[in-house]
Amino acid sequence: MTFLGIPTASSTGHLRAPRTFPEAAHDALGNAQLRRNLGDATATIRAKRAGVVAELPDWEQLRAAGAAIKDETLAHLDEYLIQLEEQVTERGGVVHWARDADEANRTVVELVRAAGADEVVKVKSMATQEIALNEALADAGITALETDLAELIVQLGHDAPSHILVPAIHRNRSEIREIFLREMAGVDPALTDDPRALAEAARTYLRRKFLSAQVAISGANFAVAEAGTLCVFESEGNGRMCLTLPRTLITVMGIEKLVPTWRDLEVFLQTLPRSSTGERMNPYTSMWTGATEGQQFHLVLLDNGRTATLADPHGRSALRCIRCSACLNVCPVYERTGGHAYGSVYPGPIGAVLSPQLTGVEHNPTLPFASSLCGACFDACPVAIDIPSMLIHLRAQVVDAKREAHHTPTPEAAIMAAAAWTMNRPRWWARGLRAARLSRFVRRRRALPPPLSAWTASRDLPDPPRETLRDWWQREGGVQ
Amino acid sequence: MNEGAATSAREEILSRIRTALGDRPSPAPVARDYRVAGSVPADVEQFVDRLVDYRATVHRCGSDEPALRLKEILDARGVPRLVVPDGFPPAWLPAASLVTEPVSTETLDEVGAVLTTCALAVAETGTIVLDAGPGQGPRALTLVPDYHLCVVRADQVRAIVPDAVAELDPRAPLTWISGPSATSDIELRRVEGVHGPRTLDVLIVG
Amino acid sequence: MRIAVFATCLVDGLFADVGKATIALLRRLGHDVDLPLEQTCCGQMHVNTGYPREALPLVRRYVDTFARYDAVVAPSGSCTGAIRHQHAELAGAAGDATLAEAAREVASRTFELSEFLVDRLGVTDVGAYFPHRVTYHPTCHSLRLLRVGDRPYRLLRAVRGIELVELPSADACCGFGGTFALKNGEVSTAMLADKMRCILDTGAGVCAAGDASCLMHIGGGLSRLQAGVRTVHLAEILASTESSAA
Repeated sequence: MTFLGIPTASSTGHLRAPRTFPEAAHDALGNAQLRRNLGDATATIRAKRAGVVAELPDWEQLRAAGAAIKDETLAHLDEYLIQLEEQVTERGGVVHWARDADEANRTVVELVRAAGADEVVKVKSMATQEIALNEALADAGITALETDLAELIVQLGHDAPSHILVPAIHRNRSEIREIFLREMAGVDPALTDDPRALAEAARTYLRRKFLSAQVAISGANFAVAEAGTLCVFESEGNGRMCLTLPRTLITVMGIEKLVPTWRDLEVFLQTLPRSSTGERMNPYTSMWTGATEGQQFHLVLLDNGRTATLADPHGRSALRCIRCSACLNVCPVYERTGGHAYGSVYPGPIGAVLSPQLTGVEHNPTLPFASSLCGACFDACPVAIDIPSMLIHLRAQVVDAKREAHHTPTPEAAIMAAAAWTMNRPRWWARGLRAARLSRFVRRRRALPPPLSAWTASRDLPDPPRETLRDWWQREGGVQ
Repeated sequence: MNEGAATSAREEILSRIRTALGDRPSPAPVARDYRVAGSVPADVEQFVDRLVDYRATVHRCGSDEPALRLKEILDARGVPRLVVPDGFPPAWLPAASLVTEPVSTETLDEVGAVLTTCALAVAETGTIVLDAGPGQGPRALTLVPDYHLCVVRADQVRAIVPDAVAELDPRAPLTWISGPSATSDIELRRVEGVHGPRTLDVLIVG
Repeated sequence: MRIAVFATCLVDGLFADVGKATIALLRRLGHDVDLPLEQTCCGQMHVNTGYPREALPLVRRYVDTFARYDAVVAPSGSCTGAIRHQHAELAGAAGDATLAEAAREVASRTFELSEFLVDRLGVTDVGAYFPHRVTYHPTCHSLRLLRVGDRPYRLLRAVRGIELVELPSADACCGFGGTFALKNGEVSTAMLADKMRCILDTGAGVCAAGDASCLMHIGGGLSRLQAGVRTVHLAEILASTESSAA
């Protein structure tokens, strides 16, 4: 075997932002409708989650167990993947491995063609979003139909998902009604914007497709290494339709989505629904092992930057993520910018970590800074990923990457170095603090040059004191 | 599929993983200090409460009454025909027009109603688990029809999720059902009834 | 007990009154207080902006400055959080096990003001008098990094003359986030706008918090609005008495 060195991120697909986060955020902040939709939706889900989490007396123990189970999985990931492959194969499934998005897409396209299909139904899946599978299928002349209601809304609206769990969270009911009237073949022109009527329209539209589809494509929430069992958690039943009716089922799964033992699922069956939809349990969870009830089953295991993430001891716990989206729903930045600002299929706090990890920070240099480090995400995470610490860790990687790319330090690096130098010399520091009091003279102007202009654009400067604390102390503070 | 390429993708990914784990992480063992199987008594009333919360309709009856009660429930719903899978307890069969296996997907869609047993249930989450055992049929049976009537014996109700996991066979095709199908995709407001059954009736026996 | 005050760089230069109040309060409670002048900054700004190497000398300086005291008290949840959660790790990452151990040791004796008063000194009534309508913003790092919980509220509730009004969505970030306020100025401003709306909704004339940094942010916004609400640090309220009442 050739020695390949430390894996470097070699991911492809929908993970890279075309614009910086602040640029993309600017547009979102100016969109009042979006802001209202997001504010309402996240407030609703936060309250629901808080209620069902408070119900469980052992929530923190479950959280710790979830983290430990995923850490164990990652520490022996190669062994567990081999075990999973053995089990799935023994039960009549076929396992494929894909180094990156392109390889995964090629594999899926070949499988669909081999099944003689030119149309597939899809269960909502972050992994297939990540690798831009629908686009690859379209290029191969294969129509992919998203069957999750929100994914359908996004697909019909020629839009991009903006949330891990509720991809159309940025749309309100009347916008959805308009999309359906415009794009849904055979829809009743008298369709109202009542969510019940909209769901009914989707049911009618998709029913025939489900009954006739030959191939379905899904992701997976979990796979059990010791048993070969795959799991999909869903609400609408579109997942069950796709998983059970078509003759061929193709599941695309990130290599980190394993748990070692069947028993481990008892933890995630409790933490995932409560964290994601704020329900005690989602309406439907399907579990199957290998080829089931006469189906053909293919499992595609996807790396796409995950081994590079695994190689960073300070960053690998991001691979614990079970894609519940609790961190998005509590994030004050996400709540105001929405998912599109992150320029990746993984938005919000986990996206600000995971996207740069999967692509390498040089391809997503502004995402690690898209956080005030308020820590709400860490508290909400059901597998206790310390997202704030990881963001800080990635920020240092961004700075290092810039250092390597430029011969001269950036202005920011120069400021930071000067500040550190001064702060390590108390006498210079004391002089610097006295000089800072000169801001008294610019205060009335309320405008400073960049980068401080970003502050004075919306906030006044503080009134500096007549003397610094240390000067006061030296003058009289030592006297009791 | 080119066999050589497939092998090399597998080998390369496994090799990347081994390299990535060069620091030999040894995480702490999993502390299972949460409520494990057997630590909580099952509470049928809680099961009922949770089902109702999901907008399922719950009925109760004694162990000698299921056939009659099922007939009443079906009549009240105005269900003329329904699918009943193999292995459904003969003593429980209601006096109705029954469609037996094998059933095509089209027939399921057309009949639109199904009556099943279950493997077990979880009180705390209001969940019914099917494992394709007797009286449950293949997975599509409880999915395609618009109406699902499920009989749960009181002694099948477990307290919490770990109790259920401990008893189930992971290799059976498992379906965990918590209420009728639903979506929260529009403004995060829950709407019952999308692609799966829009109505779930549960009869608890005993 | 020899107590040192770690004023933090912001308080030293821009909010001297907060430092004076912290010192006055601890003295009023009968303690010897020192303000060692070798202190400068905890290094959090450097670490959180991606410059951990530049922060290492500041960790060493902090340890050298404060190792000789029984307790170090800082009027800041954020800086205390950085000292407790970053210092030893920074030293360890730089391969300096001795410094890491020393940093851990000093961090274990470093307290945020409300922690120190309630946990170490066991007091909630510090004899303060502050006859104003106040709403309290619990800063993110005090809440989620230090877990100070209701300690600041217990201290405030014991203040004579105070009318404490609840802040809606209290645990939401004000949007400061250090250099985040500059790098993502517009998002930061949007967060600040919502925080200010909640503050103004309370009808309080004073917004209090335990961090000068967040107060600088909120205060800068309120000042720009000319909202007629002042920002006051928790230490300043607790240091106020009938004789000093402002």
